[in-house]
Amino acid sequence: MTAQNVIHVQGLEKSYKQLQVLRGVDFDVARGSIFALLGSNGAGKTTVVKILSTLLKADAGTASVNGLDVATHPANVRESISLTGQFAAVDEILSGRENLVLVARLRHLKDPGKIADDLLERFSLTDAGARKVSTYSGGMRRRLDIAMSLIGNPPVIFLDEPTTGLDPQARIEVWQAVKELAGRGTTVLLTTQYLDEAEQLADRIAILHEGRIIVNGTLTELKQLLPPAKVEYVEKQPTLEDVFLTLVGANGKNSHDRNAGTDA
Amino acid sequence: MTKHFFGDTAALLGRSLRHVTRSVDTIVTTAITPIAMMLMFVYVFGGAIETGSDSYVNYMLPGILLITIASGIAYTAFRLFTDMKSGIFERFQSMPIARSSVLWAHVLTSLIANLLSLVVVVLVALLMGFRSAAGVLAWLGVAGILILFTLALTWIAVIPGLTAKSVDGASAFSYPLIFLPFLSSAFVPTDTMPGPVRAFADHQPVTSIVNTIRDLFTQQPVSTDIWIALAWCVGILIVAYVFAMNTYRRKIA
Repeated sequence: MTAQNVIHVQGLEKSYKQLQVLRGVDFDVARGSIFALLGSNGAGKTTVVKILSTLLKADAGTASVNGLDVATHPANVRESISLTGQFAAVDEILSGRENLVLVARLRHLKDPGKIADDLLERFSLTDAGARKVSTYSGGMRRRLDIAMSLIGNPPVIFLDEPTTGLDPQARIEVWQAVKELAGRGTTVLLTTQYLDEAEQLADRIAILHEGRIIVNGTLTELKQLLPPAKVEYVEKQPTLEDVFLTLVGANGKNSHDRNAGTDA
Repeated sequence: MTKHFFGDTAALLGRSLRHVTRSVDTIVTTAITPIAMMLMFVYVFGGAIETGSDSYVNYMLPGILLITIASGIAYTAFRLFTDMKSGIFERFQSMPIARSSVLWAHVLTSLIANLLSLVVVVLVALLMGFRSAAGVLAWLGVAGILILFTLALTWIAVIPGLTAKSVDGASAFSYPLIFLPFLSSAFVPTDTMPGPVRAFADHQPVTSIVNTIRDLFTQQPVSTDIWIALAWCVGILIVAYVFAMNTYRRKIA
């Protein structure tokens, strides 16, 4: 692997009993980039993420993160990664701040309280910080979830379908957070089933289909795979999403109060 | 990574103890069934049961304490199951922590929550007229056996907690355990039971544990029952621990 490639995956295979999920997956992710793994439900995206985050062992092939093999040096790999799973893995009974303090303590960092307060501020959760997470909206939960993943500044972050089940506003909030992350030099591996999400965020996109990567390239490269664009004149109607976001405010400024009825 | 084992376990224990203190209802729910049984047996059936003991509440408290533990560990399985389903278990496992501390925090929480429920039940029993002249050593002996029994059942609870597909599945395993004291010397002397039932009652773990605790409470010299009781507790503990750890390793690869 080359020095800029922070994730290196080669010939990865994994089966669950009879079902062959991965049939030889290869890809590399450059340092500081956003890499999107695109695929329909059941394509094996989560399996790839679980192998890379040392939660699952591959049947064959190799995978390394930051130059360390995930199978032989799992403990070292865990030092340099953070996983944001498919469902916001937050503790519902604790407050937002307690969630952050817990992760900071588990990462053995000094001054967990300060780390928590800074992240609450950065993710616009300061007002909700003392409240039980069970009172948070979906978007707030996801932001807290991502904030928890940033503690300790791991150089590589895995985001497994970070916007599945979120409303359009919350989705944009998450996209902003991901862009900001990459702007700070963090390498992001993102899985998604939404084409526009990959288009919005990723430097490179790989399509995982039936256990193999069938294409891997930049958005421009992928577009070149199809016949050249035709020029057509179409009246541009606002989409329902445009209407919705205009009416409720697109930047999520109002989102703090949502679903906040049951303050603990 | 093992150098962090105690720090990580402490951090995670703090977390799950908050779950207990923020849902005190789990302590109350754990205690309420045994308390209801105690009321029913003492004030309804108790008068008709010949135990040879002058106070029926004294006679049946040991069995009630075991029922308390058996219903308490259902919450242990439930808490673990919730962590598995919510993805927070995977988050912890993908972090640079001593991985086994995640499980140990649950086990210690189970122990503490069950001890709290036991204290509640004993206090109610005292109100109902339970009296024991047992000294500090005898009480410590009772506490020791109850702790061992809780640990043994907790490691059993870890297995459905890790593997269950639904909430009901995670706690259903405790029903037979709650029922076991009824087929023992907990409520009636076993010599009133018909042959096969008595044979079962005399040779299942609850009878020896109940007899030992009863002897300690009534300041009788403990019979060989204590060794049988300890053997059962330690035996169940070891077997359950091995199976639970195997399940755990298969879960986290």
